Amino acid sequence: MRSNIFQDIKNDFPIFSNQINGKDFVYLDSAATTQKPNDVIDSVVHYYKNCNSNIHRGIYSISIEATELYENARSNIGKFINAKSPHEIVFTRNATESVNLVANTWASQNLKEGDSIILTEMEHHSNLVPWQILAKKLNLKLNFIEIQPDGELILDKLDNLFQENAKFLSLTHVSNVLGTINPIKNIISKAHEHGITTLVDAAQSVPHMPVNVQDLDSDFFVFSGHKMLGPSGIGVLHAKKTLLENMEPFLYGGDMISNVSLREAQWNDVPWKFEAGTPNIAGAIGLGKAVDYLNHIGMDAIHKHEQELYNYAIDRFSELKDFKIFGLENKHSTGGVISFSYSDFHPHDIATILDGESIAVRAGHHCAQPLMEKLGVPATTRASFYVYNDTSDIDKLFNGLQKVRSVLT
Amino acid sequence: MSEDIYKEIILDHYRNPRNKGRISGAEISAQDNNPVCGDRLSMDIKLEDNVVSDIKFDGEGCAISQSSASILTEMLMGKTVDELSKFTKDELLEELGTPSLGPARIKCALLSLKVLKIGTYQYLGAELPSDSDN
Repeated sequence: MRSNIFQDIKNDFPIFSNQINGKDFVYLDSAATTQKPNDVIDSVVHYYKNCNSNIHRGIYSISIEATELYENARSNIGKFINAKSPHEIVFTRNATESVNLVANTWASQNLKEGDSIILTEMEHHSNLVPWQILAKKLNLKLNFIEIQPDGELILDKLDNLFQENAKFLSLTHVSNVLGTINPIKNIISKAHEHGITTLVDAAQSVPHMPVNVQDLDSDFFVFSGHKMLGPSGIGVLHAKKTLLENMEPFLYGGDMISNVSLREAQWNDVPWKFEAGTPNIAGAIGLGKAVDYLNHIGMDAIHKHEQELYNYAIDRFSELKDFKIFGLENKHSTGGVISFSYSDFHPHDIATILDGESIAVRAGHHCAQPLMEKLGVPATTRASFYVYNDTSDIDKLFNGLQKVRSVLT
Repeated sequence: MSEDIYKEIILDHYRNPRNKGRISGAEISAQDNNPVCGDRLSMDIKLEDNVVSDIKFDGEGCAISQSSASILTEMLMGKTVDELSKFTKDELLEELGTPSLGPARIKCALLSLKVLKIGTYQYLGAELPSDSDN
């Protein structure tokens, strides 16, 4: 049954019906953004064609329909990550905006001079730079959980890091460069023992594996819609309701208020308190549909599918001379990501030559410059997999990599 | 944008770079990097009577950035400082023979020219024009 789902799945994604450079398109950059299935595209088109209107205020039929679609998407997404209530789901633009929201609200309200924020050395810039800025503004300290060369976090020094001044921990669930799955449930539980509030960057986990926020017990949990088959420009902040209720709003304006006079205003209930102005209605509806699509396949099946592709790829690439996969020794990987170096070929040359074969991979520092430094390379080439990839894509990548060698040597 | 940009001249200079290394006591010396791809390039130029008498580049990076630097050093030998400051990106791109580099890779090809301009303007004590070919 499962293999059947994946067998014809490319047909659901219109981009694969186009040829690029005269060849079938091989997309191996899903860690950057994913392709969109017809269901998602159609749901966005349906909204604009049939019920385009503003939400939460229209008395007329299509506004009521649009509001229902928008709020149903919220419920859908809440269930997908097992949130206690849909009211714990705040729509943002993306994971980056969700992190910035927490930095500018909860963290700005609750952290004070001398407090420290704990991060890891494998963070994406989106979960690093907002904290650097806040630390400068409030005179906070930044401390980092280090990583081993294989990409796993070094956790035996956690007790040192979780000292009395440590008040906040923000870390990624899955590395966007190495695919490492961090044991965040244990880390969060330990953090809570020390009274530390936690944020999980789940941009690379929610799309690829089953996730349960109640089980993880995270305080804040952020991800992006476009990395899980949804439209770009829609993201999610999940937070425990009591936290949201005690936070000041992030942006001010329409829809986030309950009552306004000339000189003051009261805030709307959560989550709407954090959704000032007309939101990305079509994006939210599309993300809700993406969740339906993922549920139909099953997150366990997706996780298994990616691990099968990963194992197949490792096996094939072992035939290539001077081919090195970063974090290969790491046993806790999603299987969705392979970052590699290939002989002394520069990642940009590799990616350009693969592009000639209509194969899209990522070359560069993947918005994780400190991690690159740790790995001792300026950049890597990254191939990342998702539901629509199959072994033929890996075979084409293999052939493309042989072509790289023949062109450059 | 494909392997078509890897013209024979580029591959030749990538495999066998010319004028690679450093010159101590060079009158013009500069370096820069492209943080996006980690390319790093330095250029040293020895002058005699205001004319390039020796030139070397050093660094690491992709085939495009390294071969472009190698080709540029050959083009600049014997030129006057005035000619260095007026050297255009079109002259370099024409020599590379890759009109279809595209926005993603053109920065790689022009890194060497950028380093040349930084060094030359520093030597002249002038401000690098913001619309210069870098």
